[in-house]
Amino acid sequence: MAEQYEIRLAGLGGQGLILAGIIVAEAAGIYDGKIVAQTQAYGAAARGGFSRSDVVISDEEINYPKASELDLLLAMSQDACDENYQYLKPEGILIIDSTYVSQNADAPAYAIPFTRIAREKFSRENVANIVALGAMSQIFPHISESAMEKAVLRRVPKQFVELNKKAFQAGVEAAQAKIKKSSSRAGKRYDEV
Amino acid sequence: MEAKLLMGNEACAEGALAAGVRFYGGYPITPSNEIGEILSSRLPAVGGRFIQMEDEIGSMAAIIGASIAGLKSMTATSGPGFSLMQENLGFAAIAEVPCVVVNVMRAGPSTGMPTLPAQGDVMQARWGTHGDHPSIVLCPSSVREVFDLTVTAVNFSEKYRMPVILLMDEVIGHLREKVTLPQPESIQVVERPRPDCPPEWYKPFEDTKTGVPSMAAFGDGYRYHITGLTHDSMGFPTTKKDEVESLIQRLFRKIRQGFEEIMLYETFLMEDATAAIVAYGCTARSAKSAVLMLRKEGMKVGLLKLSTLWPFPRVAVESLPEQVQELVVPEMNMGQLYREVVRVGHGRFRVKKVSRIDGELITPQEIIYGLKRRERK
Repeated sequence: MAEQYEIRLAGLGGQGLILAGIIVAEAAGIYDGKIVAQTQAYGAAARGGFSRSDVVISDEEINYPKASELDLLLAMSQDACDENYQYLKPEGILIIDSTYVSQNADAPAYAIPFTRIAREKFSRENVANIVALGAMSQIFPHISESAMEKAVLRRVPKQFVELNKKAFQAGVEAAQAKIKKSSSRAGKRYDEV
Repeated sequence: MEAKLLMGNEACAEGALAAGVRFYGGYPITPSNEIGEILSSRLPAVGGRFIQMEDEIGSMAAIIGASIAGLKSMTATSGPGFSLMQENLGFAAIAEVPCVVVNVMRAGPSTGMPTLPAQGDVMQARWGTHGDHPSIVLCPSSVREVFDLTVTAVNFSEKYRMPVILLMDEVIGHLREKVTLPQPESIQVVERPRPDCPPEWYKPFEDTKTGVPSMAAFGDGYRYHITGLTHDSMGFPTTKKDEVESLIQRLFRKIRQGFEEIMLYETFLMEDATAAIVAYGCTARSAKSAVLMLRKEGMKVGLLKLSTLWPFPRVAVESLPEQVQELVVPEMNMGQLYREVVRVGHGRFRVKKVSRIDGELITPQEIIYGLKRRERK
């Protein structure tokens, strides 16, 4: 059986989720050498409205290109979480932006306030997607941190490379803090720690 | 060439450049925008021209004009724009103007759902413009195939002197995959036949062995008349029975002679199959997944993937192995190509359709359910 992982990044238009999907696909496909397919679905509005980006990563040819049974769901809005949680595998990983997502069913989740971090540390909410990718590189074991960081830096405009580097690092640190806490209090749900 | 993460629409723009397209006239519309966006910067860099027209009627007129002036030309649009292009598409058909129209299908009718996929324009691509005319319509289902079929579309348009439609869909247009594009020198590029006679002897619509007359560019010193009216071999309007009939017959004959190279399709795991899924575009991907899943269950199912939709590749259906009894045609419409499959099957197969029209890609599970479903008695 081929190893296949399905990822969905979902939230609102304007949060940079499609770019984030491209970066994940490039990290896994170009830098980690896997076979990838990235698709997207979004509403007609430039900001607001739904937006989601799917990435399928595999060792073999990918036919049906959408994510249907999620190994990882990143939810950046409450609606996105409510809408897509049903597709998460029982052992799948849920990451939520706790700036916007306050209810997350019964699932254990990595709750990190990506948008608040972006706003407070960098005064720019639009790097929240990169903060989230930094966190993802620690939580999701199937894409290496170095591949993810390289892919981020390749896709962002030159004048913002430093900013994005820092944003990525902020995400890495936020995730590590979560992972540390959860392992020191084994048995507890992630969102309680 | 190194592997790159490329979107279907990007691959289309790359294919157009590789095939020698040097003129693009268009009007932006989701989900085809990236094609025009990329060509707006890349074409001028290779000495080509990009123009954003006032609408799709003008876009189609612009690419016809550019082609008559000698450049390989292209436009890209989606359903609403494709509807506006139909009148001039007919002009290109009767005036035998090589050009490529890309339609990245979205859900319709009318404005429909701009960002969501569908395959509702299959029949429009064949019969959208009025009057009897042949059509060539190609339909890719992967990013690499988008590149290849864009080159093929340009080549066919030049070789047969006619508009060719590349029918994509939102899923394939916006799909990103890791692809390695072919080396430029390995790509076969076709040029339209040009006259080698003196200008005084030139007959712009003269019958030839291939049925394709040579085409002089306006400005090359060959003066000729071009019109949407039915015309004689000099390009002037006519209603004489022999001239009218021979023109229309020739338009059909020129692609009939090329059927073998025009009708592109692939089969997958068909050798021992008793049932086949017939699919194209994005649904062909779900179909291939369905085949692999059914094979794991021990069901003998194969795939017939069509890359050419028009002329309908009847030979692909007719040459399916003898033991095949059942065909399933999944489409993101109410069953447009399904009827063609029924027609050319002549009652040999039980043909079922699986339709999905809510703007989401048909899933392998839906196709499997469609195949296993028994008709109500």
